[in-house]
Amino acid sequence: MKPSFSMRCLLSILALALYASPSPAGGAEPEITISSKKFTESVIIGDMTAGLVRNAGYRAVHRKELGGTRILWDALRRGEIDVYPEYTGTIAEEIFANRGIRGENGIRKALTSHGVRMTASLGFNNNYAIGMRKETCEQLDIQRISDLRKHPGLVLGFSNEFMARADGWPGLRARYDLPQKDVFGVDHDLAYRGLADGSIDATDLYTTDAEIAYYGLCTLEDELRYFPVYSAVLLFRADLETRSPGVVKALTELEGKITESDMIRMNGLAKIEKVPETRVAANFLAERLRLKTDVRAETAAGRIWKRTKEHLVLVSLSLSAAILISIPLGIAAAKRPRYGQVILGVAGIIQTIPSLALLVFMIPLLGIGSPPAVVALFLYSLLPIIRNTHAGLNGIPPELRESAEALGLPPGARLRLVELPMASRDILAGVKTSAVINVGTATLGALIGAGGYGQPILTGIRLDDVGLILQGAVPSAVLALLAQGLFELAERVVVPKGLRLKPVE
Amino acid sequence: MIRLKDISKTFDSTPALRSVDLTIQAGMTTVLIGPSGCGKSTLLRLIIGLVRSDSGSVSFKGAPVTQGDVLTLRTKMGYVIQEGGLFPHLTARDNVTLMARYLKRDNELIGKRLYELADITRFPRDGLDRFPAQLSGGQRQRVSLMRALMLDPDVLLLDEPLGSLDPLIRADLQTDLKGVFQTLKKTVVLVTHDMGEAAFFGELIVLLREGRIVQAGTLDALINAPADPFVTRFINAQRSPLNGIRRG
Repeated sequence: MKPSFSMRCLLSILALALYASPSPAGGAEPEITISSKKFTESVIIGDMTAGLVRNAGYRAVHRKELGGTRILWDALRRGEIDVYPEYTGTIAEEIFANRGIRGENGIRKALTSHGVRMTASLGFNNNYAIGMRKETCEQLDIQRISDLRKHPGLVLGFSNEFMARADGWPGLRARYDLPQKDVFGVDHDLAYRGLADGSIDATDLYTTDAEIAYYGLCTLEDELRYFPVYSAVLLFRADLETRSPGVVKALTELEGKITESDMIRMNGLAKIEKVPETRVAANFLAERLRLKTDVRAETAAGRIWKRTKEHLVLVSLSLSAAILISIPLGIAAAKRPRYGQVILGVAGIIQTIPSLALLVFMIPLLGIGSPPAVVALFLYSLLPIIRNTHAGLNGIPPELRESAEALGLPPGARLRLVELPMASRDILAGVKTSAVINVGTATLGALIGAGGYGQPILTGIRLDDVGLILQGAVPSAVLALLAQGLFELAERVVVPKGLRLKPVE
Repeated sequence: MIRLKDISKTFDSTPALRSVDLTIQAGMTTVLIGPSGCGKSTLLRLIIGLVRSDSGSVSFKGAPVTQGDVLTLRTKMGYVIQEGGLFPHLTARDNVTLMARYLKRDNELIGKRLYELADITRFPRDGLDRFPAQLSGGQRQRVSLMRALMLDPDVLLLDEPLGSLDPLIRADLQTDLKGVFQTLKKTVVLVTHDMGEAAFFGELIVLLREGRIVQAGTLDALINAPADPFVTRFINAQRSPLNGIRRG
């Protein structure tokens, strides 16, 4: 007798699971995790911090580009990361929004109640400002933010964070009584390009952005002092003081060392001259602190291979779990139509949650990194498999189901020997759909620290580097095609030959 | 062999069978005939337990049939339907031997029985490894018959087994089928709507109409002593115009 259907199913799942070797956990010495937000300045400071910590004799990892403030703050409080660069304005206005926290002492007190400490200012402020093209400023005679009142037709494109936060657009509009209606959210890095090509007239800037000089922009004077001071600091966990006091000492070495012009220059090197952030950070440490840090230059191939491994782990773990869970759910849905409605309904609702939102929902439950991404991808992969299993089983002609029954086969044997093999093509098609969606959606995992092909895409968008974007986008597309091909091959193993034949007449 | 007593069955408020009493004699071919929707197929499906009656009782070899032993009972019955009901993902061989393999019968005996049945049903041995999609309609019905006979059942139930075949193949298979019944001396219940087929196979012909048995008897009795004018009408309606020409 040939291997049974279920056996063949199991084998193909095992083959998939083989790819899924989770990365090993660290060794004995505690590792210091430094993190940064998804913009260049944060990444550079993160790299400097990592360099200092390593120089002090600790092992350090830098998890770059972890989304926004909320993700990093939560990760810091939960102890998933130890240090990240932040700005005092953001702490007062966003992390502790509406609590009326004022001054450095107020901030320190509020942080302490969460087990978090803050260094002194690193030396520069990175305030919010409103920027426009110089020509527009001159044509319309706009120098101050209040001048915007005279031009209600201007198109404003603000970074998504600025659109939403209390100290962003809503407050600015109220304070200056601004009339503009055409206001929308856009990625900060894309906003510069929007300004350059004229699709928006004004955007929010950071005063240390290198693009201000590069694109020849003017910044509008905040004469009502609406924007708070955003002094750069490092936030770190209070327990570092007892756990690794040497790390805290290393962090303080950066205090007061970076001037605003240093930062603008370094942002320019990384963003406009495309010098890797690690190199920019190492050069600064060498020049200003006389520190020798080694920059491990990663080759493009090495980087892609690392991303590939991360991506494969995300996809194969989430997909194999989804296969194992959704086929039984699909069977239950087909056999018990009443539960079926519920199962299909719930899976359908999960599918309607925007993938980015689903990823972020997972963070409070599972923290950052690959676990929340795997769970979100798993949830995302359920519906196509459940629906196809359900449809495949329901699509079996009633006379064939009855023929199996009339032979005297009990329900379990009918399912295993007749119904599942007959539905195998549909089930496999569902798995294929899930796999392709999964490979694509997994690129978003980089936003919550899961790595994968999304990482170069994120960095590429940040640095306006099409080459980097392609380093993520092309392998991701290739992987999706490979997954499709793999399941087409699997069809020859899983789908019985008799179902693949064309009827003869 | 099988006794149906006072059986009634209603589907979604449409009565399919109304207090039917019927005894299937061992070793005989009983034909259930009647117009579409008369309940003949429902009666057959009721015997093999695919349908449960609303009221009345079924007994098999003197013992009442319950839902609990329906699986065991089905292995003692062979069932063939119009299109054959073969599983498309299994070869002819695997279709025929599926249940025997499930019951872990001896492989050698299974193989022997398979060839025996292929000979009886005049199915070519080299066709055994083909899939249903690679077989003709007539061949599929022969495989379906082999599958029904595999476990050497007490009763063979056939629901319009020749219904979807073209006339020449149909005539061939009809003769072969009768040969099989005679060789194996099986108890056979055959459902058809074709009077000629009923006359060809039936030792006992049971004519149904709207869920009731109108008359049960030999062809002779149906022609010469009709219990109801409907019997004569039904038989005459199916007389071939060719018969008239020959007679004239």
